[in-house]
Amino acid sequence: MPEVPLKLTMKDFKSDQEVRWCPGCGDYAILAAVQNFMPELGIPRERITFISGIGCSSRFPYYMNTYGMHSIHGRAPAIASGLSVSRPDLSVWVVTGDGDALSIGGNHLIHALRRNVNLKILLFNNRIYGLTKGQYSPTSELGKITKSTPVGSADSPFNPISLALGAEATFVARTLDSDRKHLQSVLRAAAQHEGSAFIEIYQNCNIFNDGAFDTLKEPETREDYLIRLEHGEPITFGAQGQWSVVHPPGGFGLKVVPTESAEASDIVIHDQTISEPAYAFALSRLPEGDNRHTPIGVFRSVDRPSYDRLVTDQLTEAKAKLTAEPEAELASLLSSGDTWTIL
Amino acid sequence: MSKQVRQLDRVVIRFAGDSGDGMQLTGDRFTSETAQLGNDISTLPNFPAEIRAPAGTLPGVSSFQVHFADFDILTPGDAPNVLVAMNPAALKANLPDLPRGAEIIVNTDEFTKRNLAKVGYATNPLEDGSLNGYALHPVALTSMTIKALEALEVSKKDAERAKNMFALGLLSWMYSRPSESTLDFLNRKFASRPHLAQANIAAFKAGWNFGETTEDFAVRYEVKPAQMPPGTYRNITGNVALALGVVAAGVRAKLPVFLGAYPITPASDVLHELSKHKKFGVTTVQAEDEIAAVGVALGASYGGALGVTTTSGPGVALKGETISLAVALELPLLIIDVQRAGPSTGLPTKTEQADLNMALFGRHGEAPVAVIAPNSPSDCFYAAVEAARIALKYRTPVLLLSDGYIANGSEPWRLPEISELPDLQVEFATAPNGPDGQFLPYLRDPETLARPWAVPGTPGLEHRIGGLEKADKTGDISYDPANHDFMVRTRAARIEGIPVPDVEVDDPSDNARILVLGWGSTYGPIGAACRALRARGIDIAQAHLRHLSPMPANLGAVLKSYDKVVIPEMNLGQLAHVIRARFLIDAIGYNQVRGLPFTANELETMLEEVIKSA
Repeated sequence: MPEVPLKLTMKDFKSDQEVRWCPGCGDYAILAAVQNFMPELGIPRERITFISGIGCSSRFPYYMNTYGMHSIHGRAPAIASGLSVSRPDLSVWVVTGDGDALSIGGNHLIHALRRNVNLKILLFNNRIYGLTKGQYSPTSELGKITKSTPVGSADSPFNPISLALGAEATFVARTLDSDRKHLQSVLRAAAQHEGSAFIEIYQNCNIFNDGAFDTLKEPETREDYLIRLEHGEPITFGAQGQWSVVHPPGGFGLKVVPTESAEASDIVIHDQTISEPAYAFALSRLPEGDNRHTPIGVFRSVDRPSYDRLVTDQLTEAKAKLTAEPEAELASLLSSGDTWTIL
Repeated sequence: MSKQVRQLDRVVIRFAGDSGDGMQLTGDRFTSETAQLGNDISTLPNFPAEIRAPAGTLPGVSSFQVHFADFDILTPGDAPNVLVAMNPAALKANLPDLPRGAEIIVNTDEFTKRNLAKVGYATNPLEDGSLNGYALHPVALTSMTIKALEALEVSKKDAERAKNMFALGLLSWMYSRPSESTLDFLNRKFASRPHLAQANIAAFKAGWNFGETTEDFAVRYEVKPAQMPPGTYRNITGNVALALGVVAAGVRAKLPVFLGAYPITPASDVLHELSKHKKFGVTTVQAEDEIAAVGVALGASYGGALGVTTTSGPGVALKGETISLAVALELPLLIIDVQRAGPSTGLPTKTEQADLNMALFGRHGEAPVAVIAPNSPSDCFYAAVEAARIALKYRTPVLLLSDGYIANGSEPWRLPEISELPDLQVEFATAPNGPDGQFLPYLRDPETLARPWAVPGTPGLEHRIGGLEKADKTGDISYDPANHDFMVRTRAARIEGIPVPDVEVDDPSDNARILVLGWGSTYGPIGAACRALRARGIDIAQAHLRHLSPMPANLGAVLKSYDKVVIPEMNLGQLAHVIRARFLIDAIGYNQVRGLPFTANELETMLEEVIKSA
């Protein structure tokens, strides 16, 4: 935290580059929400770095007036890990998409999460490849008809939240591009979390997959489709709170039932701090094909030392053993082991 | 009883056995004792890719060759004078390399009907006269070891496993090696299991005493210390030298070192060694894959560390895209390729020089990097420092090409004074550099063409970089055709403009008309071949390339001043191809890809033929 309170505003986080997403793209809303949120961090701009991979969302760093790197397809979590671990003084954010993070870069994502590297990972999920003009993505629904799948895709999609939980990510959340207030509340929680924070942001691609999340946004459906998770609150939803998430007695996982038919004691009180990921995983399985019963908010937020901290602690402990100037220590390192002298 | 002592100027010993017999350790210890004595040394381990191939089979044979002399030597020796064969497989696999008259010490206990049949011996070679041309010493190594340890509280299995120390004791006696360092070593190694320390020491002593008392070994040998420049020496393998070079580079640059690596033969030892040196500010990350390994290194370089990744050929292939990103970002990055025989998994524990093309050209787009190759195990230290110097000063990826031969081979290394090492300190950008007070991340140093290294955390220099083509100076995204052409040429000019030392020609006669040109680990065998020719009055010039990209400025003129240029390589002519393309010289290639280094003898024969036909 800075010594003097910073007086930064949203404007300070806008770079001089012209934003070049398609008009109407959900990315604009996310960019504005992030730029608007950044001053709240209280971190000077120079200590913030955005690292992205490849794809529409990955142009994001160019528009942030912080440090930034637009890297290569899928590798942002790896590059960001190197930066974060070597520079614990920085706040490192990763911006990625469903193809970038879950297809070509799937390996780096799960390993960053399992290590709990101190990265804030924003996954813009539009369920389509936009930059390459409309092929199906690893989050596209089975049977998706696209340029590369004219009779429908035969691939089952990933559920990004389930995947992150499977990797035992310590912070897992979902939000919507169009709901700035909610998006920022999730960013806030993520920023306060030590270790990897994984945020899936449903983002509309109005060119190649328009309306993918409409049921979660339209006033007629959203109240019955969205489940807003609040830590410590019973999980009930619907315009009149007519739906509840329950532990089915004797059953496995979680289930949505009409509130009136639910035993009050069966209604789940949301607890994001449960260390066992099975509960959050069960939540992540609630959505149905038409997005009905999609939870948003923080699924899981648990404490585990970050990889950065563990590595830094090892380094600090080792460096404390330096008894001489590094050059002198180096000389004794070189001459360690069996040596002999020729006069 | 005092035995006859005979003076020798050089000896080559090969220890060979099953991969579980501890031959690498035995060879290592013998080498260390020999180093203590002040002989010059060169070693060559040779082991299978399988950790434990079926016992007693030919694929399971592991060996360690050590060459030591009272003068300076350049190679681990073409052919052993002494073979220690722990079983029939070791004998069968190594016999073809033995000159007639060589001494063979065999463990007779292992020459059972079953073991002989396993490797296709119809009759016992110890008895059928087929070894009549050699000085054969049959020794019941296993049973004598077990007998020697009878009084100790060790299991029969542990006693049997100590037979390599019996062999080491015997050889140490034969060649008058000092034994203190081995005894110390065993006490250290088995500090937590003193009964094993005791057993191994007892086995070693039993072997020594056996040599002293048995009639079979009538002669003991001495090899006097070599005349070497004054200084403190240690024996070092190429992989450890690389690691120490990287640590030294970090110290001399006053920068943290950040290594990303994924385990791969034969490079893993560099990771192992570097992971021990955290107190120097060295972070090592064992990444999830080769791509992540170079990714974390590049991320750390972006943050102001010396980013390093170590691998072998298959790993370099996977890292290619990230190396290209580093070319575009113009950040320091050190990529160490300990080459092995390919393609694909190839011969993972065997050596080759076939990644030169990949190092020079193996990336998409015009993506030039600096390439440097050490010529011996100890030279790996200096090559690592030099590679780091270029990476830091010119803000570029540098590929260092070692190989399995010098990675695992060892030689004495005269320790440098730290102050003799180059000062690698760099200046990070701290203030805007533009005419209007703005920061221009691609405004170059006119001399080096390097761009400023502005690390995150520096106030006022916030900027964005990336893989998209950048406009000159501003670094903004640019699709302008002329700008792309300019940037591609500038990146090439930056590498081509790195000043590297002129190539030196070794021609004591000053009359040679034939030049032999090499690069990397072939330096030893080529040098030994040239010496042998000159000793016979035949003139030959030798030049060796350390810098493959950029090449020394005088190289073309040097090559053109000879009638013929011969290029031996452990590949099918990759350097020769570059030399032909670049200098229009009809270089003669001499190529082998057998997974083994050249022998000096074969190079001598080949060069003599070239000279005769000139």
